[in-house]
Amino acid sequence: MTRETASQTAGPYLHIGLLPAAAGLTAAGDEIVAAPVGTVAVGQPIAFRAAIVDGMGAPVTDALVELWQIDGAGHGLWRRSACDGDGHVRFETVRPAALPGQAPHLTLWIVARGIGLPLQTRAYFDDASENNDDPVLARVPAARRKTLMAHRNDDAWTMNIALQGADETVFFNI
Amino acid sequence: MTDVFTGRLTPRADGLHPPPLAPAYRSTALRSPRHAPIRMPSTTTEETGPVFGHDMIAPLDHDLTANFGSGGAIGEQVFVMGHLRDEGGRPIAGALIEVWQANAGGRYRHARDGYLAPLDPGFGGCGRCLTDDAGAYSFRTIRPGAYPWPNGGNDWRPAHIHFSVFGHAFGQRLVTQMYFEGDPHIALCPIVQSIPDPAAIDRLIARLDMGATVPFDARAYRFDITLRGLSATPFGAGA
Ligand SMILES: [Fe+2]
Repeated sequence: MTRETASQTAGPYLHIGLLPAAAGLTAAGDEIVAAPVGTVAVGQPIAFRAAIVDGMGAPVTDALVELWQIDGAGHGLWRRSACDGDGHVRFETVRPAALPGQAPHLTLWIVARGIGLPLQTRAYFDDASENNDDPVLARVPAARRKTLMAHRNDDAWTMNIALQGADETVFFNI
Repeated sequence: MTDVFTGRLTPRADGLHPPPLAPAYRSTALRSPRHAPIRMPSTTTEETGPVFGHDMIAPLDHDLTANFGSGGAIGEQVFVMGHLRDEGGRPIAGALIEVWQANAGGRYRHARDGYLAPLDPGFGGCGRCLTDDAGAYSFRTIRPGAYPWPNGGNDWRPAHIHFSVFGHAFGQRLVTQMYFEGDPHIALCPIVQSIPDPAAIDRLIARLDMGATVPFDARAYRFDITLRGLSATPFGAGA
């Protein structure tokens, strides 16, 4: 058996490869965008915004986040977004349905300079009654579960992602 | 078709990947969680993943010497090729591989790169392709230059190409960097050396392949990629 290839940081210039149109490299083709192919997201449209901060509370402006979830009808839905100058990533998506045995959630995959192995976390919706029975949340010490909760604001569901510090977000080793 | 059920992910091996905090790589200091990640078995969420089609790939996306500007890219012409497989040795077909790199002088076409080496008007530095039915991939590019970076005082990255790889399950997602056989900076680089396992470092080093080298055209470097394994027998119903 050959073991998994080792991870290396995506570095500070990840936009060239992962969001080339946004980086001004239009000659390399269009952005890899909506996926899966040929499907339209079904469900209640929502915006989701995460603010990413480092161990000093400074915004992380050079990270990239991928979102993987199901839509309201159970179809997979993938998005990719880079942090802006405030350390925010924003996704226009739909509210996910609940998977059997799990509360509705978004999976977030985070890469950046200084992150050797991508960080993976989840965003749950703080108004979902299924959260009480979610087996993944049940693995998280009660005091830290709040770091996985998205809250409804005027324009978006929002969540803070602290890479380090007193309010450090829970990350998973799956 | 949109949700390919692939089976339970085998747990990640300890000691294979860089730890969150690698002091010699200073950017990890404030970006490394202090809590150990919480272990969990994979769920349907991590056992499924997005599917990418050929309609998303432009004809020149796999040729970095031709997909930006005109007149071709400056530098040593190379093919980078290999196979994508899982830990059980099974080829992974139809997988999206994205690459990015500096030009031959070690300069990225990026607003935040101010290195003194000039930009190459014929080189963007971005490519992508899908693996074929045998899991094979191939890019044409130029060998990137080594470049200095702010870390301690005199740190230089070995020549490298950044890779982003999708498997069939989102939990297989990989980002890494490929290095070139014989580069003395590999042993000196804090980013490379943050990998605890020397054998795992060795597998990031592409080998010159004279058999695949095209005479009077471009040399070939071989880099095989392995993604996490999945249990042979899926649990539950497939989608
Ligand atoms: Fe780089």
